Amino acid sequence: MQLDISRRDFLKLCGGTAAMLGLSQAWVPQIARALEQAAERPPVIWLAFQGCSGCLESLAKAAYPDIATIVLDVISLNYVDVLMAPSGKRAEKSLEDTVAAGGYITIVEGAVATGIPEAMTIAGKTSEEIVKEVTAGGAATVCVGTCSSYGGVQAMRPNPTGAKGVGEVIGEDKVINVPGCPANPDTMVSTIVSYLLFGKAPELDSRGRPTFAFSQKIHDHCERRAHFDSGHYVEEYGSEEETKGYCLYKMGCKGPETHSPCPLTLWNSKQNWCIGCGNGCIGCMEPDFWDEFAGFYDTLPDTPIPGFVGVKTSADYVGSTLVTATVAGIGIHAIASAAKGRFKEADDAGEGSDD
Amino acid sequence: MARVVVDPITRLEGHLRIEVEVDNGVVTDAWATTTLFRGFEIFIKDRDPRDAWHIAHRICGVCPTSHGIAATMGLEESFGVTPPDNAVVIRNLMEAAQYQHSHILWFYALNAFDYVDVESALSANATTPALKAVQERLQAFVDSGQLGFLANGYWGHPGMLLPPEVNLELAAHYLQSLDIQAKAARALAVFGGKFPYHMSTPPGGVTVVPTIQDVLNYEQIMKEVNDFVRNVMVPDTLAAGAAYIDLAKIGGGVNNFFTWGVLEDVASRDPYKRALPRGAIFDGKLSVEKVSPDDAVEYVPHSWYTAESGGGKNPGAADATTEPEYTELNTDDKYTWTKTTQIKDKQMEVGPLARMLVAYLSDAPGAKKIIDDTLSALGVPGQVEVLLSALGRLAARPLEAALVADKMEADLALLKENITSGKGEWFTQNEVPESGTGVGAWDAPRGSLAHFNRIEDSKIANYQATPASNWNFSARDDNGTRGPVEEALIGTPVADPEAPLEILRVVHTFDP
Repeated sequence: MQLDISRRDFLKLCGGTAAMLGLSQAWVPQIARALEQAAERPPVIWLAFQGCSGCLESLAKAAYPDIATIVLDVISLNYVDVLMAPSGKRAEKSLEDTVAAGGYITIVEGAVATGIPEAMTIAGKTSEEIVKEVTAGGAATVCVGTCSSYGGVQAMRPNPTGAKGVGEVIGEDKVINVPGCPANPDTMVSTIVSYLLFGKAPELDSRGRPTFAFSQKIHDHCERRAHFDSGHYVEEYGSEEETKGYCLYKMGCKGPETHSPCPLTLWNSKQNWCIGCGNGCIGCMEPDFWDEFAGFYDTLPDTPIPGFVGVKTSADYVGSTLVTATVAGIGIHAIASAAKGRFKEADDAGEGSDD
Repeated sequence: MARVVVDPITRLEGHLRIEVEVDNGVVTDAWATTTLFRGFEIFIKDRDPRDAWHIAHRICGVCPTSHGIAATMGLEESFGVTPPDNAVVIRNLMEAAQYQHSHILWFYALNAFDYVDVESALSANATTPALKAVQERLQAFVDSGQLGFLANGYWGHPGMLLPPEVNLELAAHYLQSLDIQAKAARALAVFGGKFPYHMSTPPGGVTVVPTIQDVLNYEQIMKEVNDFVRNVMVPDTLAAGAAYIDLAKIGGGVNNFFTWGVLEDVASRDPYKRALPRGAIFDGKLSVEKVSPDDAVEYVPHSWYTAESGGGKNPGAADATTEPEYTELNTDDKYTWTKTTQIKDKQMEVGPLARMLVAYLSDAPGAKKIIDDTLSALGVPGQVEVLLSALGRLAARPLEAALVADKMEADLALLKENITSGKGEWFTQNEVPESGTGVGAWDAPRGSLAHFNRIEDSKIANYQATPASNWNFSARDDNGTRGPVEEALIGTPVADPEAPLEILRVVHTFDP
């Protein structure tokens, strides 16, 4: 693969990915080698359905690497309606050619309209038709954002268009979900690079999310956690307590129940994050958070307060040890294999694999 | 006569299909179809009003900040709460950062490939090491044989008029702009937590209590962004505008414009004193009239909604509704998910051109000078009517970004003064009322948006939104009068129906 980016930026990408995957920086040269030895950039199709383009916007805010590096040097983004040069028939040709060649990664943003199929059409086809056609021949399907993962905002009760996540339409076992409203750019990039490196989906939890990113809760690593433990709470916005960075639990923060790497990844070149600007987490990386966490400013019930019944322990906390062991067991494949479609799991090989 | 369908229109937010009738190489009729419906007005009903701004915020991921702020302004009206000055300044600064982000993203990432021939840039005489490096990077990309998102572009189209050297320079600025737009978003995150979807503006004020260091961080990041606006994007506009001066002859549209106004005047909170002030222009007459959200009305003669969803109701009416009723796509009958949305029963254009015309005619600070200077630079001094065209829309955005930079600097000075003098009010405590109504009327970069809410039993009883697309992509009305984008397409030449570049140009000037 032609890597025409500056060496420093490229190593930042490898370093960031290693950190995200729970690997030590000693892995950086191996990740770099695997990416560089690939014969061609892996083809990617980005499908946008019922959504807002917010996840592509979020990816466009990636810092290591930046969006120009991603689209020019790391992947071959062959179809992406928000950025691609051609429209109409020529855009459709780009899609058809990529599907015909096989071996591509499908990234989906936005939900699939199943109740009113015509609530989402492109070139006369419904989102349900498109997602089935395109993902059938691909090497992998990555759902970015809560909409494509689980239906998202339009799937709130009463879900007027019958919006569904991609997994619900094509099979939960065929997707990797990177939820969030929007999805976090570091998590999106790490998931894709991880797939390219190891030739298979990273370890996923029961809702299809990579455990390297979603095994921990906001609460586990929150910068305001010490104040939770000490019983220091913000009880009014704009107050003295806010200037001291007290805990937002009583203001409705959903951090104690939200699986997310936000405290570690942060947002916009690690500039800030939601809790950093004084509003509690609304739980946007959890499935069905729009309904389940409704009442974003109501205090979460059932979270034991320290000094009352003790600090809640994170029973489902999974350290990086497990992930590291998995990764070490797989070894690093050359990225070229991905481009040729060899990365499909053994049990569904044959569909779309050209070798 | 032949029908030409372009679906999807790419390089926009959302989903759009354009159908035109072409006679002797010129568009004689047009239909704009938005092909996405989500049902915000339905699922936001019965919710906790404090949650509504988070939900309505999700209408658009490219202009989320505007939707979030407009939703909150509407809720503040029904809650009967007034945010303190500092909160208004912080909202202005976040909105201003989003404007720069959006205008830069639009000018380069969404619009440039309609005018800049990337293939031609490869043959340019690269005059600096930086341009040479960009050229080599592009050449390596092309040599890889994987053209990715550039494959099947309109390279070599007879409508591409820039010389190779200008194409290379604009391609270099395209790459630079990708970095700059991310920086503008980063500045927004200083006060908003993240972008897209900031978190700091619930009804009552802002949740962030910034330190002077936060303010300086924002200022430092935005300085680079504003330098890019003034020293790169505005000159690029003049260079491209001069080469494509014939755009002044097409894309005219309905010649009715309005804006709710954006970037609050902190002291007066008067929408007619906003940095981009409120106002309307009718029938291409160069004078400004007052305009109110009460004037907005919706019809559905060609939209896939029940009859009750239209009928000339104001979106703030108790019985206003948006109930889908899909039939089939038929340009003689129903053909779009966008309602026909009007003021005084006229189709209305919204967006940067509307705002800049209103600002110019209202003599808003800086507006007259920058527009007059631009008209002189383009060789048409004093001829404001030249701007009622695709050229005017193309130029309006970068010029507006320059005004936004000025306003941002004034707001920053005010905020610094307030923080250092200990004026520390950020939030007005408030409660959800038993009942109330409110409307937040504000402008996203792409155009006017209003969020109408009605609260009963302390729940959202009705919520209707009219975002920018409702106006620009408005369907025909009962009399057959076309919507702004439809009308703007009339008279557009189409050299090659298989490569309808000219159609894309006109549609993209609306920042769809």
